[in-house]
Amino acid sequence: MKLTGAQILIECLKKEGVDLIFGFPGGAVIDIYDELMKSPIRHVLVRHEQAAVHAADAYARVTGKVGVVLVTSGPGATNTVTGIASAYGDSIPVVIMTGQVPTKLIGNDAFQEVDIVGITRPCTKHNYLVKSVKDVAQTVKEAFYLARSGRPGPVLMDLPKDVMVDRTEFKYPETIKMRTYNPTYEAHVGQIEKAGKLIVQSRRPVLYAGGGIIASNAAAELTGLATLMQIPTTATLMGLGGFPGTHPLWMGMLGMHGTYCSNMAVANSDLLIAVGARFDDRVTGRLDAFAPHAKIIHIDIDPTSISKNVRVDVPIVADCKNALGKLVTFLKGEKGINWKEKHEEWLAQVRDWDKKHPLSYKEEKGVIKPQYVVEKLYELTKGKAIITTEVGQNQMWAAQFYKFAEPRSLMTSGGLGAMGYGFPAAIGAQLAAPDRIVIDIAGDGSIQMNIQEMATAMEQRLPVKIAILNNQYLGMVRQWQELFYGKRYAATSLATAPDFVKLAEAYGAVGLRATKPEEVVPVIKKALKTPNLVIMEFVIAQEEKVYPMVPAGKATTEMLLV
Amino acid sequence: MKHTFSVLVENKPGVLSRVAGLFSGRGFNIESLCVAETLDPGLSLMTLVTRGDEQIIEQINKQLNKLINVLKVVDVSEGDFVEREMVLVKVKAEGNTRAEVLRMADIFRGKIVDVSPREYTVELTGDENKIKAVLELLRPLGIKEVARTGTIAMPRSKKTP
Repeated sequence: MKLTGAQILIECLKKEGVDLIFGFPGGAVIDIYDELMKSPIRHVLVRHEQAAVHAADAYARVTGKVGVVLVTSGPGATNTVTGIASAYGDSIPVVIMTGQVPTKLIGNDAFQEVDIVGITRPCTKHNYLVKSVKDVAQTVKEAFYLARSGRPGPVLMDLPKDVMVDRTEFKYPETIKMRTYNPTYEAHVGQIEKAGKLIVQSRRPVLYAGGGIIASNAAAELTGLATLMQIPTTATLMGLGGFPGTHPLWMGMLGMHGTYCSNMAVANSDLLIAVGARFDDRVTGRLDAFAPHAKIIHIDIDPTSISKNVRVDVPIVADCKNALGKLVTFLKGEKGINWKEKHEEWLAQVRDWDKKHPLSYKEEKGVIKPQYVVEKLYELTKGKAIITTEVGQNQMWAAQFYKFAEPRSLMTSGGLGAMGYGFPAAIGAQLAAPDRIVIDIAGDGSIQMNIQEMATAMEQRLPVKIAILNNQYLGMVRQWQELFYGKRYAATSLATAPDFVKLAEAYGAVGLRATKPEEVVPVIKKALKTPNLVIMEFVIAQEEKVYPMVPAGKATTEMLLV
Repeated sequence: MKHTFSVLVENKPGVLSRVAGLFSGRGFNIESLCVAETLDPGLSLMTLVTRGDEQIIEQINKQLNKLINVLKVVDVSEGDFVEREMVLVKVKAEGNTRAEVLRMADIFRGKIVDVSPREYTVELTGDENKIKAVLELLRPLGIKEVARTGTIAMPRSKKTP
């Protein structure tokens, strides 16, 4: 029996195990929606297409599956671009399906036509314009395979309207092999040996973990390596949760707003073991001063990440989980090493740095400090909530003061740094984990970038908690202006803002406000007890800054401290 | 350092723009680019000449490999290789320069492929240096138009069995 392109598409999605799609309809995708309605796949109607991609991104992060988005042509497609670029920056598997004008109109400047394949070429892992109904099944198979395999990432399929209406025999390819794409999962034994020997020789090793730990489900292997060989461990923003935040070997995040301890340890290490991280500029600071005494082992599935910014002594192109597992096995075979003794002096030094400048903030009478709010959120959720963040100060305070216990519990736009990520991500996360507490730690600026999703959360009855740290500023930019631009606060005041409590109520949600420190705990407790969408507004110290801070272009040891 | 890459790609729409976009998006340079179908009509071979330090060349190589439509990348300039470029030069050929252009074409083993009362069009092949030399020598005679193919290259075969 011949099926239409739209029917084939839905059948393929079912075969790929898709149970949820975030989307927004339009003329070019009516045929697909018409079929989707008849299928068991749940559809979540967002209020802006950017939010659909962020939500799918978080859904993918929580579940480890591929997030799926369906939008219409033209503006529907262009609105997804920020979401796609964010997923690309963080290597998150998302498949985006965009409607397109009929093939005969392509290139005609037709109504709601854009070249979305051209627009998204540099911010997708790969993308497709499907020109014939005969190609639909194979393209879907490839798209999901590419999105989830190797270094994951977003893949876009542009689907012309006539292709969705045309009919052909449906046959789904059960297996897939692409002759031009073959990621390396297995770590090379020789390289593992070289790396292992460097670890045996080193006196001052540091483990530096990135988002690859989360993507490859390698948290247990990472913790295993650190614990067995007594190696102090730090992580990037993307790697948080990949190592227990309360572990004695945990040093906190590194980089621009990393801990004093982590940055000092990296700078003084003689061996840096980078796992699933990519030496981003926010991590390294001034490159020539980054880990100047260290040999570097770099484990990453993407060869382009290796020796891109920093010269590497032992590159290992592999899946992090595979490489770490082999490394631990090799090191266990090295008999007669007392790791505890070997690293005793080094660990004492690391603990010293930690004691000297732990993460801290100054309390002020009668004024709520944002760090205090995050600490209380941590305590009252026992570290078990899923935290999403927006971008800026709120994001850094969340990263610093919430001690993430397990992987897939922090969702944040790390690479792209897209304001407006946190709330739609919280929606995606809550749908993926209905029984978890999901909190969006937000600023008053970024929450307004996708505030329209209140309607989505209400419609889906999602009890997401939004914690707005309201300082009436675009706080991170203001911080830079205060420190480096002579306090000239160009365009960063947000004094004109909605009443967030009333705003919550306008959507039928619950609005709570704390203006004094003693109100913080009761507000959080009340929010956590409310089985509904809640906005908690915390009116915080206006000019509070994120510390430590490495000024742009400085070495990571040149930190501004509290 | 100048490097010449042979890039085997799938013969599909949009592949060229992926390669070109990679170079522009990452600030790499393309000095010349030459693309045509191979014996396998499903594949095309690109010869791409670029410049950069060791680290940039390594990135170019890896980034090309990372493109989904790319099957194989060879930096032919890493070993011995043959490179050729073809050029068509339209030169003023009047009075006594007419014979001079012919001589020049002859010396460089070129061919006259189009003739008019006032111009000759010369076809020449060679490596970059030869093409450069020819163009410099023809310039004083009055070059009207030049069309170059860009370099194509191939590693030399092993000389010992």
